[in-house]
Amino acid sequence: MDLSAFLKAGELAPMTQAPHWRPGVGGARHSEVFAGGREAAGAAAALALALDEAGERLGERSVLWVQDAAALKLGGRPYRPGLPEPLRDRLIHVVAKTPEDFLFALEEGLRCRDFAFVIGELAVNPRALDLTASRRLGLATEKHGVPLVLVRLDARRDLSSARMRWQVRSAASPVPRWNAFAPGPPAWHAELFRARAHAPGEWILRDDGHVLAADRLASPAPDHGDLAVAAGDRSLAAG
Amino acid sequence: MAIWLSRLAIDRWRLAEGCAAGEGADVEPTVLIAETAHGPRIEAANDAGLAAGARPGMRLADARALCPGLKTAPSDPAGDRAFLEALALWAQRWGPWSALDEPDGLLIDVSAVAHLFGGEARLLADAQAAFARRGLTARLAIGPTAGAAWALAHFGPERAILASDDDAAERLASLPVAALRLDDAVLTVLRRLGLKRIGQLGEIGRDALRRRFRNRSSEVNPLLRLDQLLGRVAEPLLPVVAAPDPLVQRRLMEPIRHRPLLDQVLADLAADMARELEGQAQGARRLELGLWRVDGEVIVRRLEFAAATRDPAHIARLFAGKLDDVDAGFGIELLRLRAPWTEPLALAQTDFEAAAEAQGTSLAECVDRLTVRLGEKAVRRPVLHASHLPERAQRWQPPLAPGPASQGQLAFHQRPLKLLDRPEPIAVLYATPDGFPQRFRWRGQVHDIARVEGPERIAPEWWREKSTVRLRDYYRIEDGEGRRYWIYRHGLAGDGRGGAPDWFLQGLFA
Repeated sequence: MDLSAFLKAGELAPMTQAPHWRPGVGGARHSEVFAGGREAAGAAAALALALDEAGERLGERSVLWVQDAAALKLGGRPYRPGLPEPLRDRLIHVVAKTPEDFLFALEEGLRCRDFAFVIGELAVNPRALDLTASRRLGLATEKHGVPLVLVRLDARRDLSSARMRWQVRSAASPVPRWNAFAPGPPAWHAELFRARAHAPGEWILRDDGHVLAADRLASPAPDHGDLAVAAGDRSLAAG
Repeated sequence: MAIWLSRLAIDRWRLAEGCAAGEGADVEPTVLIAETAHGPRIEAANDAGLAAGARPGMRLADARALCPGLKTAPSDPAGDRAFLEALALWAQRWGPWSALDEPDGLLIDVSAVAHLFGGEARLLADAQAAFARRGLTARLAIGPTAGAAWALAHFGPERAILASDDDAAERLASLPVAALRLDDAVLTVLRRLGLKRIGQLGEIGRDALRRRFRNRSSEVNPLLRLDQLLGRVAEPLLPVVAAPDPLVQRRLMEPIRHRPLLDQVLADLAADMARELEGQAQGARRLELGLWRVDGEVIVRRLEFAAATRDPAHIARLFAGKLDDVDAGFGIELLRLRAPWTEPLALAQTDFEAAAEAQGTSLAECVDRLTVRLGEKAVRRPVLHASHLPERAQRWQPPLAPGPASQGQLAFHQRPLKLLDRPEPIAVLYATPDGFPQRFRWRGQVHDIARVEGPERIAPEWWREKSTVRLRDYYRIEDGEGRRYWIYRHGLAGDGRGGAPDWFLQGLFA
């Protein structure tokens, strides 16, 4: 066994202080967003994160939004007039009857070079989405460079190979400028509970005009860092 | 024109031994033998052997009893047949079309060809001389039908010519019935019947022959053969068609002496060969690469494949391993790649899946793949529709179809990110005096409204709906946990279109 491949203790120490996530840092092609099925916060935050991740890639490309039948029933369909402005005329929506079809559609979308990103919305924990399927999606997104954000409605935090996993719920919106009694621009409470390259933390995300804004909340527990960060953002496809 | 190579096997053996007739190994009595269940049997014998008493069809032991010094050599029927095929192609110099007449003859169509050689007699003399130059014994004849020519070649005089205006029946009447190309068994029957000449067949009448020989197969039916001989019945023949080996070559302006250049030319040749083979739907099993050097030397490298292939990269890679010891000398000026052995190899469709795996699909391809598996209705794109009712303001259409023209939208109303397919009724637990709920129950959970904006009144489309349809008052609300919804009251109290108005939840805001 070649011990030199492992990091020395002295090299490990500086890496445990992983940088905190911030908008625009990028690099996480495969994310999961856990959210409740009673609100649209999951899909909205996923769109915001995906737009943030896609950045320059957006260009003239289309966007694929795949929903499985249960998620469609739970949370409704995308409504074009309510979509974020840049996505309104480039959204392609797919309804998959079964989780298997859902995974197929996601993978086909990830293989297509003409998509800026792919959003998947899946309810609960279907048997088809196991670690193998998740890793398969991860490899596809690594290979073709199309980011994937998977929204999990009312789901347990099961095994997954996603690079960043978020728990998102709606947060009280900031007070709008003109009517103090009206709901303001959307805000979400997002907890990053697992990430390869970042320390976990909690943020209030806001769609601040055209870019994603994030205010980090003070971490309630002492931050031990994430030891898994030693792997860095190594490509999954590279083994 | 019929050509009978009466001593084909012996001539081939003699040519293989490399001696002329009656010289060298041909001086001694020699027979060609085939192994049979009853011991070796003589297939052919040379002149000395015939003189010593050996006859084709004898057992070797019997012949040895007559001539103890008989030499033997194995016969080679497959080689004879291949030789005959090559000869048939070679013989197309006298006519455009030739057929095999197994086991030892050729038939060549010389219709309207003879004048090119100065007449039929000179054509026959030319052919006889050409066969003699090759050391082959040949008997030739020209007749108006294949049967007549065959009969004359085997049983007629040397270089017989039966012109089309001659009376064929009369000229051929004196030939034995064996000239009809019949089976031995039928010949035996005819001999026992006392019918020895072709002319005798004509004397006894067709009806008698037809009653006696009922078989339709021409080899055993003398009447049919006679008709073929005289041209009353057509006789189809199977022609020999040359299939040239796929061959590509490159002449080089400058002789090459270095390996990288050679590899480049070889890759080009392999690509040419692949195109050539693809055009014929063939794959190469064996390839020969000839390298012509400036000083006239030819270096040949051969390659065999386990299965038919025409992959240029594969061919070039395998040849590259065989070119390490090539001495280019003063340079190589011509490369020629030939495929002497090919097998049918159907054109293969390029692998969509692999291409998609390697470089991703285009949008149209991706939409096709999705549509095929999930159905037409599952893959769609939202487009605007001219209506102010929220659920009618959006329609779905195929993803790549051009969107309808639409007016610019009014931007002072906020719309939810997601719309429920069917508005869900909510139970209002406590309403404020202003008319909007303070607390409601939806899907079994109670929501306390913290902030609200509204109402936004949306009237029914009176021009297409019934007069009893109620208007809707929409409210944008946010509950105590920050969840934002779009709810509406269906109708007004006392609008005369039903009872107390119901509340519905229609959309989910971001």
